[in-house]
Amino acid sequence: MSPREAPDRRKTLGEFRVNGERREVAYEPHRTLLEVLREDLDLTGTKHGCELGECGACTVLVDGVPVLSCLTLAQEVEGCAIETIEGMADKGELHPLQDFFAELGASQCGYCSSGFMLASKALLAQNPSPSRDEIRVALSGNLCRCTGYVKIYEAVELAAKKLRGEPCEPSRECTHGR
Amino acid sequence: MLRLPKFSYHRPASGAEAVRIVAAHGGEARYVAGGTDLYPNMKRRVQRPGHVVALSRCQDLRGMRGEARSGVTIGAMTTLSAIEHDPRLRAEYPGFVHAASVVSTPLLRNMGTIGGNLLLDTRCNYYDQSHEWRESIDFCKKCDGSTCWVAPSSPRCWAVQSSDTVPLLCAIDASVTLLGADGERRVPLRALYRDDGIDFVQKRHEELLTALHLPATNGWRASYRKLRRRGSFDFPVLGVGACLSMDGDRVAELDVRIGGAGSWPIPAQKTVEMLRGAVLRFDDAASDELIRAAAQEAYKPTRAMDNTDLDAHWRKKMAPVFVARAIRDCLPGAPPRRDVLG
Repeated sequence: MSPREAPDRRKTLGEFRVNGERREVAYEPHRTLLEVLREDLDLTGTKHGCELGECGACTVLVDGVPVLSCLTLAQEVEGCAIETIEGMADKGELHPLQDFFAELGASQCGYCSSGFMLASKALLAQNPSPSRDEIRVALSGNLCRCTGYVKIYEAVELAAKKLRGEPCEPSRECTHGR
Repeated sequence: MLRLPKFSYHRPASGAEAVRIVAAHGGEARYVAGGTDLYPNMKRRVQRPGHVVALSRCQDLRGMRGEARSGVTIGAMTTLSAIEHDPRLRAEYPGFVHAASVVSTPLLRNMGTIGGNLLLDTRCNYYDQSHEWRESIDFCKKCDGSTCWVAPSSPRCWAVQSSDTVPLLCAIDASVTLLGADGERRVPLRALYRDDGIDFVQKRHEELLTALHLPATNGWRASYRKLRRRGSFDFPVLGVGACLSMDGDRVAELDVRIGGAGSWPIPAQKTVEMLRGAVLRFDDAASDELIRAAAQEAYKPTRAMDNTDLDAHWRKKMAPVFVARAIRDCLPGAPPRRDVLG
């Protein structure tokens, strides 16, 4: 075994494409995407939960694929298209997922919401008409301790309808309960 | 924030270059594929490599080739999601795809690779904890300490084999290619694992797992049954892989491996011996009774200890139940598995 060499502690200069903008950041090479987003780019909409891959709070999209930013090394995604919750609204207009999460109470304390909405967005991009079971599977990597999930599934179903251009009025049961 | 310790990061362009870097740094270097196992372990300070060698740029570790008639080779850097959604694998290796699709969560399957899953670190309630937690019990045998807290008088470590794909891939007799400093060798998975929580893989440190080879599909059927608390996230606390080929109504070949209940995929030898040559039909009371009696023999070799989620005695009692279910899944006429989160 070779004697332990001092690890490289110099900062590296990297360019990230976050929410369509090019951002240059000097960061330590062992930092995760979550740390760079929150601490170097001030994009604190991405939440840190367990930081071990057990909760989904830090979900972001990398080239459209939902991944956990707490276990992704920032270096690995330089040059990739990164989307965070801050990039979800378009010119001041909320994304239908954001609209329905708010309207239905699918977001309560809100800590898990950005992860849920990004995982949902990736699902709807691939499958515009998911069944309830397909939504459950796609969101099974995100934990929510407030809602009991039903409101979240309903919000995703309504957002899918809106994105398909179909009528999407929430039922009275959705907003007032049984 | 739980932060990674500092390390030097290498991004070689080929498997051979990666092997050279790890060989040069010895035990100080680790490979990283998806990072879903190594990085949490580094954050908990149970692994502290000074050099991390990323395989993400190694194009030679990606892709699939071959066909079901002669066997399929899958590059080690193929993600579990890619396996789960590959139409050809779904049609030709449904048992394997099912095992890959019940690993953790969709987000982690987007990141985790098949190579990483095959070499997943063994797990234990006394090991998968923060540095402070482990320090408070004076650490454990697997990392920094000298006592195995699961069995304090035991000379060995009892950390648990926790990969979902390993029991099934051992049952179907898949193999892997290991690339070392002096060339490649092909190793059957059944010979890769050891019954030891610390030294659980029989490969040299610098050897790199480059590809998984699935055997030709010539009539065998395989199934994986997983026990866990939740339908998502959780590692198996019992995971049974079975592979069966029939000659008419008779069992021609059978292999059953029990995961999540010992440090390696435990072969259910007696169960297999009892059923070899037996007449088995799906949905037939006599066959079910035969399978139940044979599966009961899996109770003894199952080494469930009190170091995972759920009660160890119950997990041990569930082993024969899951072995019987996995074997029944493989009978001609059994419906395909359609679990949603289960």
